[in-house]
Amino acid sequence: MEKWYLMTIVVLIGLTVRWTVSLNSYSGAGKPPMFGDYEAQRHWQEITFNLPVKQWYFNSSDNNLQYWGLDYPPLTAYHSLLCAYVAKFINPDWIALHTSRGYESQAHKLFMRSTVLIADLLIYIPAVVLYCCCLKEISTKKKIANALCILLYPGLILIDYGHFQYNSVSLGFALWGVLGVSCDWDLLGSLAFCLAINYKQMELYHSLPFFCFLLGKCFKKGLKGKGFVLLVKLACTVVASFILCWLPFFTEREQTLQVLRRLFPVDRGLFEDKVANIWCSFSVLLKIKDILPRHIQLIMSFCVTFLSLLPACIKLTLQPSSKGFKFTLVSCALSFFLFSFQVHEKSILLVSLPVCLVLSDIPFMSTWFLLVSTFSMLPLLLKDELLMPSVATTMAFFIACVTSFSIFEKTSEEELQLKSFSISVRKYLPCFTFLSRIIQYLFLISVITMVLLTLMTVTLDPPQKLPDLFSLLVCFVSCLNFLFFLVYFNIIIMWDSKNGRNQKKIS
Amino acid sequence: TGNWRSLHSTDFEVHRNWLAITHSLPISQWYYEATSEWTLDYPPFFAWFEYILSHVAKYFDQEMLNVHNVNYSSSRTLLFQRFSVIFTDALFVYAVHECCKCIGGKEVGKELTEKPKFILSVLLLWNFGLLIVDHIHFQYNGFLFGLMLLSIARLFQKRHMEGAFLFAVLLHFKHIYLYVAPAYGVYLLYQYQGLWSQTNLSSVLPPISCVALGRLLHLSTSGELIVNMWYLSDKNNTKYLFTLIGLKLKFLDPNKIPKASMTSGLVQQFQHTVLPSVTPLATLICTLIAILPSIFCLWFKPQGPRGFLRCLILCALSSFMFGWHVHEKAILLAILPMSLLSVGKAGDASVFLILTTTGHYSLFPLLFTAPELPIKILLMLLFTIYSISSLKTLFRWSFTLVTQAGVQWCDLHSLQLLPTGFKQFSSLSFSSSGITGTPSPLLVNFVFLVETGFSMLVRLVLNSQPQVI
Repeated sequence: MEKWYLMTIVVLIGLTVRWTVSLNSYSGAGKPPMFGDYEAQRHWQEITFNLPVKQWYFNSSDNNLQYWGLDYPPLTAYHSLLCAYVAKFINPDWIALHTSRGYESQAHKLFMRSTVLIADLLIYIPAVVLYCCCLKEISTKKKIANALCILLYPGLILIDYGHFQYNSVSLGFALWGVLGVSCDWDLLGSLAFCLAINYKQMELYHSLPFFCFLLGKCFKKGLKGKGFVLLVKLACTVVASFILCWLPFFTEREQTLQVLRRLFPVDRGLFEDKVANIWCSFSVLLKIKDILPRHIQLIMSFCVTFLSLLPACIKLTLQPSSKGFKFTLVSCALSFFLFSFQVHEKSILLVSLPVCLVLSDIPFMSTWFLLVSTFSMLPLLLKDELLMPSVATTMAFFIACVTSFSIFEKTSEEELQLKSFSISVRKYLPCFTFLSRIIQYLFLISVITMVLLTLMTVTLDPPQKLPDLFSLLVCFVSCLNFLFFLVYFNIIIMWDSKNGRNQKKIS
Repeated sequence: TGNWRSLHSTDFEVHRNWLAITHSLPISQWYYEATSEWTLDYPPFFAWFEYILSHVAKYFDQEMLNVHNVNYSSSRTLLFQRFSVIFTDALFVYAVHECCKCIGGKEVGKELTEKPKFILSVLLLWNFGLLIVDHIHFQYNGFLFGLMLLSIARLFQKRHMEGAFLFAVLLHFKHIYLYVAPAYGVYLLYQYQGLWSQTNLSSVLPPISCVALGRLLHLSTSGELIVNMWYLSDKNNTKYLFTLIGLKLKFLDPNKIPKASMTSGLVQQFQHTVLPSVTPLATLICTLIAILPSIFCLWFKPQGPRGFLRCLILCALSSFMFGWHVHEKAILLAILPMSLLSVGKAGDASVFLILTTTGHYSLFPLLFTAPELPIKILLMLLFTIYSISSLKTLFRWSFTLVTQAGVQWCDLHSLQLLPTGFKQFSSLSFSSSGITGTPSPLLVNFVFLVETGFSMLVRLVLNSQPQVI
């Protein structure tokens, strides 16, 4: 009985923080002619409501693709259509074709913010609550503390309720997918994940671990018996869900191709804006964009991405386990973020979600990662005048994690799940005993650098010759942190199974 | 701080104006300045407080300190004002810490979140009313309530002189605390009768008044000052007296009622059409009659600091119900001290829950814009759910006693039976919830809350036996 009171309180705290952040400015507020993501979402409501389905993704006199053309899969379009019906009911001026461009008012802002809150409440928050309740081998209090920390994660709150996006929908669906697949409801889980992919194509970052995990499950059940049946069922579910979402666009080949062209803009280049990506950080030293031609850049990023995530995926296929699945989600998403093509800085949220899921396993490293992920979006948040909420939410999140998990006491090798790794290393280097201390120092350095950079970016003006100095520094520092985390998570995945095997041998 | 961009009330302009007045004008002009409609109407210590703040304010935005910049508001001004409230809340946090030290209470569980001190500190620090009044609507109640709670804590710790001093200082910050002055007066008089001469204690108040009013007194006649500060004649009637007797108006034919005369602006003057207009003297008499029983008990049946606290709460409530020119925010004067009692006994906890829920709900009209609606609902839900669940957990044993009691109603405070007339009521309620097995906890709790509230009311009327401290 107590648990439900506390969980309700946690959800209410999450909702209060979200709505309080939403009182702030949004992306592109008062900045004609292009405005920002807020205007993009409003424009999509206008387009989907006023134009027939066939014209949504095509350039026409009514639909100028240069001005925030639709570049998310059909489910986003349907969601915008739903919001547009509600908007029509309240005030048709908000979605009038052509005349509503750049419409801004208090009432409209309230409406848009409410749509985000409702979507969050219906999809993401129940998934988080259910996930925390289903955690095993953890006391009730820890489950509730876990839910509090996940709901207080600043990155998602600031992007969804500040900058203005609907990430909670796609991340929520992905979380339902993880939940379903971990609890052996494979069909429902894969259906939920297909919905996630059809909402935002960036969810493809998570697709490989899902594929490998389910394939591994099929192999385990035996490919000649139950496993094959499961495989067929899963394939049917995936195909059916895709057909359902893309139905209006499968009528003509040109429709499908156009949508794909909008979703995967390979013409745009290796990276856009400043992102904590390898390519962006590399370009500080070596201008890859200018040296190599476009198709070679594409192939190079493709190869590097796949090489970096292959070991974890193979391991997952051969030894499917719930824990391995979650860690592989992290490492795959991180590999994609660091090495892939046309990555936005908001895509770090796709890595943050799986890291939130492993918060109870490795609280120290997860908290560190989540702090860095919020910091990596600093230039974007500053552009949207979200400094105050970001500082406040980050501090709240940090305090919540420190008190719930007492993270500073969990920095031993065993707590960091590096025991087997350090044992293996010690076979060759007997003096390698100070791993946890190194990690603690690195944490301290990282936090101090982040705080200093934040202060510098806020208070100082960059020199005239290097106007992007601070943003680039932020990206560079975040990229270094992310590389470290990539190595760390891969180590956990690779050495974890060995530990399992050794233990089995001993027992 | 996420709320720092939220819509702010007129109180924001009020305080900005006072910053401007105290910063740019000599003291002789402070209470006469009337460029803005929001004239200085708090006692001198608050004016000094604004003066000190204005010296920090000039580093944020010099323009806000100009008296002629009526309705001036920039983001820096907003930032400064909001942070000043947060900063001065430090005193409130310290006071809560002191209160937690001296409030005992049974330690049911070993977990931190189940200890009375933890629950009390959350109930005080996250008090919904204080949050929305101070940090959204904008006022400085945090540090004023800090002073009051600190003085209460000192009285609990038997440091009477300090308590009296703190209360005297508080009175000179905001005169609304006169509502609870009788409780202080009678309690301290009782403590010091026979042991010390009364002049010793009364020697505390005059020096402070002199310090506060000193410079002002020699510059002008104090009579005018008091009129300015204590606005006797011009302002409106109490809304709550209105509602008590206003139900009759529902049955009147709207066409027959002549239009009430009203002055423009937020402060309105109402002439009653059916009932006689209420004068300040009448409200004073009603208030005095209402606080008389509790003062009587405090003097003749003293129960130590807890008795004083009860008397204080009753004085605050009586003044709230019957006083002249009462703001809805004054309900906090009763709610915050009541929190101190709520973690002590189950009966007090149930009364506290009723008082705090209705009191906080009555503050809803303070935030009337659409964006703030979800915030006030969410915060209200948060506080209500937390207070109910934590107090229920704390007094878990008393609830199980109730479910097992069956027909006979055992008084939890002094283990005495209520008058026989109430036995039937209790037995009916329990039988309605099911005869076999334990009744559903929610229903039992609700029944318990209603019955305890009722029994408290009866006790007040019958003036029954004193409770065990």
